[in-house]
Amino acid sequence: MNVEEDSRKIKSLVSAFSKALKSFLTALPVLTGVILLMGLFKTFVTQETITSIFSGDPLRDTLIGSALGSILTGNPITSYIIGGELLKNGVSLFAVTAFILAWVTVGITQLPAEAVFLGRRFALARNGLSFILAIVIAAATVLTLGAII
Amino acid sequence: MYFLVFVILLYIFIFWLSPEKVLSSIETSIQIFIQVVPVIIAVIFLMGISNYFLKPKTVMKYLGKESGTKGWLLAISFGILSHGSIYVWYPLLKELKEHGMRIGLIAAFLYNRAVKIPLLPLMIFYFGVPFVAVLTLYIIIASFVEGKILEKVG
Repeated sequence: MNVEEDSRKIKSLVSAFSKALKSFLTALPVLTGVILLMGLFKTFVTQETITSIFSGDPLRDTLIGSALGSILTGNPITSYIIGGELLKNGVSLFAVTAFILAWVTVGITQLPAEAVFLGRRFALARNGLSFILAIVIAAATVLTLGAII
Repeated sequence: MYFLVFVILLYIFIFWLSPEKVLSSIETSIQIFIQVVPVIIAVIFLMGISNYFLKPKTVMKYLGKESGTKGWLLAISFGILSHGSIYVWYPLLKELKEHGMRIGLIAAFLYNRAVKIPLLPLMIFYFGVPFVAVLTLYIIIASFVEGKILEKVG
């Protein structure tokens, strides 16, 4: 009885791991595409390019900030460094906050992968909502800071 | 599949315009891939474990429709604690969703990845403690709001 039970458990464990591996292999093409795209972005989009995009009007800049953060991706450390530089160059805190927030919460490059795993509707809705929330939270954060400091 | 083909065609097109940049991009992509591999292995392992241990009933109880506040707290905490590239977490989330995890919690998990504890010192260096504290609080609140909205809509 024990040997039977053990062999069932082992089979179930093996099947659990093979399911996990299979699910990964089906995702490999999209994953590879996305990593290649990320490589392109890191090479082509420089710091000067980014700083030259901001206009000076806080409202427009916040929108631009969220949009830019949505497109750019990668290690958030990069977004903090870019954000710091933008602040030094006089870009408004609203825009910089939206930028760093959209960087981590919205991912245009990640959309295909997210759609494959979690459904197109969910991926589009979540990213769209996160884009808007980046602006809302940026406003809320800066206004709160203004009120408490 | 079409997406990968598109990216490869893009590379070929850009190679025609600027070969060195493309080579540099490929090099960067390989670096990214190497960084990602250990996390991928960890996640495949985690998925295997969760496939084995997490029967639908368990997932339903902690992260399903009736999970309530505990479910949100779990999703928020794990979102904050999760590390590595987001791509490697998608398959695990898909499994959890198929086992019954609410999409609101999945959204909250993903959103809370915006809070990265190891990077907080760097953020404070650039933006100061009050900014980081307020922003982090709002991120957590927003993750809950976003989750709720997505559940109503989707």
